[in-house]
Amino acid sequence: MNKVVSNADEAVRDIQDGMTLMLGGFGLCGLPENSIAALVRKGVKNLTCISNNAGVDDFGIGLMLKQRQVKKMISSYVGENAEFERQLLSGELEVELIPQGTLATRCMAAGYGMPAIFTPAGIGTEVADGKEVRNCNGKDYLLEMAFEAGFAIVKAWKGDTMGNLVYRYTARNFNPVMAMAGKITIAEVEELVQPGELDPDHIHTPSIYVHRIFQGKDYEKRIEQRTVRKK
Amino acid sequence: MLDKEGIAKRIAKELKDGYYVNLGIGIPTLVANYIPDGMDVVLQSENGLLGIGPFPFEGDEDPDMINAGKQTITILPGSAIFDSAMSFGMIRAKKVNLTILGAMEVSENGDIASWKIPGKMVKGMGGAMDLVASAENIIVAMQHVNKAGESKLLPKCTLPLTGINCVKRIVTELAVLDVLPEGGFKLLERAPGVSIDQIKNATAGKLIVKGEIPEMTV
Repeated sequence: MNKVVSNADEAVRDIQDGMTLMLGGFGLCGLPENSIAALVRKGVKNLTCISNNAGVDDFGIGLMLKQRQVKKMISSYVGENAEFERQLLSGELEVELIPQGTLATRCMAAGYGMPAIFTPAGIGTEVADGKEVRNCNGKDYLLEMAFEAGFAIVKAWKGDTMGNLVYRYTARNFNPVMAMAGKITIAEVEELVQPGELDPDHIHTPSIYVHRIFQGKDYEKRIEQRTVRKK
Repeated sequence: MLDKEGIAKRIAKELKDGYYVNLGIGIPTLVANYIPDGMDVVLQSENGLLGIGPFPFEGDEDPDMINAGKQTITILPGSAIFDSAMSFGMIRAKKVNLTILGAMEVSENGDIASWKIPGKMVKGMGGAMDLVASAENIIVAMQHVNKAGESKLLPKCTLPLTGINCVKRIVTELAVLDVLPEGGFKLLERAPGVSIDQIKNATAGKLIVKGEIPEMTV
């Protein structure tokens, strides 16, 4: 078993035009920065990207939007990206906005091998248009399908060469559920260690879900809203 | 009339010891500054955190530690971190005791619109649809009228909905009102110096005024 690849370019080598990708992260926190840079270098196009946000104008998925690599975004909140809003309002970009919990849980369902979930989020709103509604115990729920993604690309803090992953603080966010959901899951980590170095009781994503892993470099870890208090 | 801090202070009186609370972006975030001394309230951040602490001191910001508004924060002793699916699991399962969020419009049957202005603003609903669909105790913090001077408390919402029949209580710069199950905004309290007529004039939906309406204390 050899899951370790030498860098991001090797990890994304067979991602092709028109594929569906899941990208972990919340805002700019816990983003697979190295893999996104490699996708920009590779220049693959017509991608469908499932990610909670669309980055900002000059970082994260925003870099792929700028190069017109994305055909469709599936996200819950995209308010931070002016280029995104421009492409959306001009019709160049297809966008499906879905509730954040629905997004997370459709990933979870895929990772747990369930075809669909029922959720009350969106009942009575335009999100419910065309979807099956089921009444359970007097309350209405929407049928939402599990995602299908050829690749999931996630960022973890530490990983071992078998593919076990540990995340750090709120950089965890969507990464564990997306890691479980990809047909092929690529994990980039800040620190790649040997099997046995991670406490098995503290592993967030078990190795079975991870197909490729590499130690990333030059993490920028940009902060979107720097808020501080005075000492 | 209350300013934004005043609205937050009034809402803080709705908190109870032991509550787990989700605060939305904007005025709701300010409520965290007015949690009464000695009261234990745990703040939930839907990206995956229970126990939001204060903003970090300058120089201590950690890019891996943010709240749902993407602001740098700290965590507290007893905080817990989890993934986004579990975060919405605890919301859906009604483990969160109180949800406080902003709105563009609320209707007299408790519908809320907060995420989209067709043709003008496309930002997305984030976690708001999940929160309002599941929470049993929802307070809306907002201005009574919009920038054009039009009432935001309406017979029916005009903007795309975030959720239906869900808002229980509204706190504005003018008043505290309950949304009655049978429909209508029941006036509970007036903001300091605000008359019932002022509230009537700013409320387009059905306003129910019964008996003496006390001035609120903040």
